[in-house]
Amino acid sequence: MIFTLKNTFTEIGSATLFAKQFFKEVFIPPYEAKEFLKQCYVIGYKSLPLVAITGFIMGLVLTLQSRPTLVKFGAESWLPGMVALSLIREIAPVITALICAGKISSGIGAELGSMKVTEQIDAMEVSAINPYNYLVVTRILACTIMVPILVIFADAIGIIGGYVGINIHGDVNFYRYLTQILQSLEFLDLIPATIKTFFFGFFIGMIGCFKGFNASNGTESVGKAANSAVVTASLTIFILDMVAVQITDLFF
Amino acid sequence: MIKEKENTEPKKTKEKSKTPIIQIKDLHKTFGVDNEVLKGVNLTVNQGEDLVILGRSGSGKSVTIKCIVGLIVPDKGEIKVFDEDVLNLTKPELNEIRVRIGFLFQSGALYDSMSVRENLAFTLKKHKRELTAEEVENEVIEALDNVGLSDAIDKMPSELSGGMQKRIGLARTLILKPEIILYDEPTTGLDTITSREISELILDIKHKRKTTSIIITHDMACAKLTADRIMVLKDGVIHAEGTYEELEKDEDEWVRSFFE
Ligand SMILES: Nc1ncnc2c1ncn2[C@@H]1O[C@H](COP(=O)(O)OP(=O)(O)OP(=O)(O)O)[C@@H](O)[C@H]1O
Ligand SMILES: [Mg+2]
Repeated sequence: MIFTLKNTFTEIGSATLFAKQFFKEVFIPPYEAKEFLKQCYVIGYKSLPLVAITGFIMGLVLTLQSRPTLVKFGAESWLPGMVALSLIREIAPVITALICAGKISSGIGAELGSMKVTEQIDAMEVSAINPYNYLVVTRILACTIMVPILVIFADAIGIIGGYVGINIHGDVNFYRYLTQILQSLEFLDLIPATIKTFFFGFFIGMIGCFKGFNASNGTESVGKAANSAVVTASLTIFILDMVAVQITDLFF
Repeated sequence: MIKEKENTEPKKTKEKSKTPIIQIKDLHKTFGVDNEVLKGVNLTVNQGEDLVILGRSGSGKSVTIKCIVGLIVPDKGEIKVFDEDVLNLTKPELNEIRVRIGFLFQSGALYDSMSVRENLAFTLKKHKRELTAEEVENEVIEALDNVGLSDAIDKMPSELSGGMQKRIGLARTLILKPEIILYDEPTTGLDTITSREISELILDIKHKRKTTSIIITHDMACAKLTADRIMVLKDGVIHAEGTYEELEKDEDEWVRSFFE
């Protein structure tokens, strides 16, 4: 028990140092623009279908589930606003981040882990190329930028899903649906929700890279790196979300 | 000049007149709690010399050469490369030395997300930014020609056999024209004919580019062809040292067993 606790703290310590190095190296040339764009493509574009499907289902299901309660109180007209609000504030960021933890964090963990195990990272190191700069900085940066974009995309698709959900029981004009949403939405709802997605993105990338980069030797450690990247990233997302909600609560 | 002397002097005294390029003194390394791999390795490689290191699997040969390039930090000891103290250099200083050293990994260590062309061009582009795309391409083709694999240029590493990966790894190591080359088992896993070609390539590079090398191998044919001097690693120290002919007739049966 004490041993695992000690391990956890050691790990948090080295992860912090690992993250610190990111801020040190992100501003120093050489900038790996090409690798960065490639990672944006891999991380962002390739996750679109998955995020679209989950986003749509979230909107649809949320609408169908909330409807009976609101109908009971005769407040059916609140439905679009309520669904949009919970989507944008909470559900889309968290679910999308969790999906990214599963897809991106584990992907990075496995990729860098296998590079580590097959000595590719060492090969970069001995040819005087900074593997941290080339592999880690690009990936963390790409995640930090792409995850918020994916969340906004999920918001939009979720709202469309909500529209479909509403139309199962009634016939609402899309323009009217959007007006109802915009009426209940305030600009301040968007800001904290968007800010926290940058943190989600950063940690998804950072944890995947950290686990992969520190994979021990042997092929089985690649699987371990991928697996523990998902677990750690998911847990981190929940903790961050809790902190974010508390902070938002204080200020707004 | 030293060079003129070389030719006139007999082989035995030749080594003495040469400048040491790699010097290792009293190198110790322990992994984990009790896996003491190196227990005081001493070795010197002179300018233009090919040193072959022999030893049982797991005796710490790879660890030794990884210490030279700073991939593994030893617990104790001194390593000098080009008269620089490798263990006390800053990162940029170390990188300056690393560019002058080629390292062939035992596993090949090709970047598996890149094609063969990109694998070779990657390091070249990073270090010689002044080269045009065409020049890079020419260098890549030439390097692949050297190892006899020019038609693999558009393949991905996963499409290559183990031996081909090894040769591409060698081409990648040689493309920067390093002054020191550390070969970790360059011929393991290759058929006898290819092994011989690789050994001859190593010899050829040494003569053409005047490189200094350390070659780790289990392949005695390769050792015989390339070695100016052989060292045998046992129990974490250099157990025997000499030319191929000397060690072949060594009184220690264990040393002789390598040559059977
Ligand atoms: N990064 C590392 N972490 C922990 N132990 C290591 C590491 N690298 C090597 N070792 C240990 O050091 C010992 C020597 O390994 P090394 O790779 O140098 O052997 P070798 O002489 O090259 O053998 P082979 O001929 O099989 O390649 C082994 O017991 C290995 O377990
Ligand atoms: Mg080895």
